[in-house]
Amino acid sequence: MERSGYVVEARELVKRFGGQAAVDGVDLSVPAGGCLGLLGPNGAGKTTTLRLILGMARPDAGSLRVLGEPVPERAERARARMGVVPQGDTLDPDFTVEENLRVYARYFGLHGPAVERRIRALLDFAELAGRAQARVQSLSGGMRRRLAVARALVNDPELVVLDEPTTGLDPQVRHHLWARLRALVAEGRTLLLTTHYMEEAERLCDRVVIMDRGRVLEQGTPAELVARHVEPEVVEIRAARGEAVPALPGTGACRIETVGDVRYCYTHDARPLLAALEGRGDLTFLHRPANLEDVFLRLTGRELRE
Amino acid sequence: MRRPPPPPRPHARALTVWRRNVLVWRKLMGAALAMNFGEPVLYLLGLGYGLGFFIGEMAGLPYLTFLASGIVASSAMTTASFEGMYSVYTRMVPQRTYEALLATPLTVDDIVAGELLWCATKSLISSSAILAVAALLGAVSGWQALLAVPAFFLIGLCFAGPAVVMSALAPNYDFFEYYFTLVLTPMLLVCGVFYPVDALPAALQAIVQVLPLTHAVALVRPLVAGLPPEQPLLHLAVLVAYAAAGWYAATALVRRRLVS
Repeated sequence: MERSGYVVEARELVKRFGGQAAVDGVDLSVPAGGCLGLLGPNGAGKTTTLRLILGMARPDAGSLRVLGEPVPERAERARARMGVVPQGDTLDPDFTVEENLRVYARYFGLHGPAVERRIRALLDFAELAGRAQARVQSLSGGMRRRLAVARALVNDPELVVLDEPTTGLDPQVRHHLWARLRALVAEGRTLLLTTHYMEEAERLCDRVVIMDRGRVLEQGTPAELVARHVEPEVVEIRAARGEAVPALPGTGACRIETVGDVRYCYTHDARPLLAALEGRGDLTFLHRPANLEDVFLRLTGRELRE
Repeated sequence: MRRPPPPPRPHARALTVWRRNVLVWRKLMGAALAMNFGEPVLYLLGLGYGLGFFIGEMAGLPYLTFLASGIVASSAMTTASFEGMYSVYTRMVPQRTYEALLATPLTVDDIVAGELLWCATKSLISSSAILAVAALLGAVSGWQALLAVPAFFLIGLCFAGPAVVMSALAPNYDFFEYYFTLVLTPMLLVCGVFYPVDALPAALQAIVQVLPLTHAVALVRPLVAGLPPEQPLLHLAVLVAYAAAGWYAATALVRRRLVS
């Protein structure tokens, strides 16, 4: 592994598109092993950061090392040891499932019996062994995504980069894919993924980095961030039929946020509020521990992003 | 002032891109070859025999030979142009194949080099098929015509670069119509494929002499007809120059489109 212990080290990284900074002075250190999640609303600069790491975009300022190689100068060498699961579908529709893996291995200069064994193993890993000869177009969305993950592993990469790996997948498929991704971490690989599903970040990632408007706002373990930025308990209160939530006793110790017809009460002790809500048939409420989504909304705001 | 883009620097692994296209072509080889043989048969029979009946000889050659030797050259042009536009654009934009390739050690320079080699390979295949048909119809003088086969590859390379340039600039498929209508079709009509260039007015001849298809036809025709080639080095030099310029421009523009 790299001397520094980091597989990605970005310092003061800047990328502008026509004067607009998509990435605006990002420092990012991805430790070897485990999963790091890059979170942020649309337009936060997550995908641009990944493109810079792959050498598919050239930074305007800053320095970047990936797997010890300077990028973009020696991005090809870094990419030889990386796997990439891009956003959306870039599978090759002119080939079958198995051929997709074989042809892709060739791009890394890999072929021969060892690669054939690896393809067998990857088809098993992706649970596509029965569909090896199928054309890519005939696969379901979940199968295609699993094939994209298998393809990213064909060169036995140390670092796997995934851009919104479960966007557009149904819950069964997502849970299944999460299990596969955790298996990769257990094998000692490093995962770097972007997502805007906080649940996904909490389930998969040891560390998260929250970005907005091209900058890093905060980073740490999900539990650290929750402890640092929000009160441990949340009570969500909703009035019946679109009415406003009335003032309630017991909310004095709460930090309150209102979004539409929902009132969020963040507190260290929800008991007085819960007592006040007892027997209020006109209100529905949910008492839950604070999570990463609360942190995310606190840091990036609740206004809509286009 | 912006510096000119650096020249293309492909690696040997560019051949894996060429190989990918060979594998896809092989899957549909039957249909592809049928097309390669079928269309020129129609042309040579329809125009060569039909028109040849009235024309008899042109520039000292039987019209079928004259036409066949022009069509093998122009077919190398159209084949490389189609591949460099519709197929390359499909892989670059809707299919996002290059995005997948750029996540491997391959670079844009590798992709462009691999694609240009493939366009030229397709030209070689389709023009060789036509040459075989022409030979069966008795329009080819002898084994000397096989010397034209490497020329088909060079002609393909010469037209592949500009086609990939069009792909790098294209907002959609309709864009290619301009190139066909404004560039390729005029060349097909004035560069000596159907009648000798010296039949044109002098002013037009001067322009025609700098067009690559003119040199492609002038290089290939004597080889097919069994005549001694005239100024072969000039024709080769022009084709190589177009190929090099096209390669450079295609690489620079695809870089700009894919790697920002």
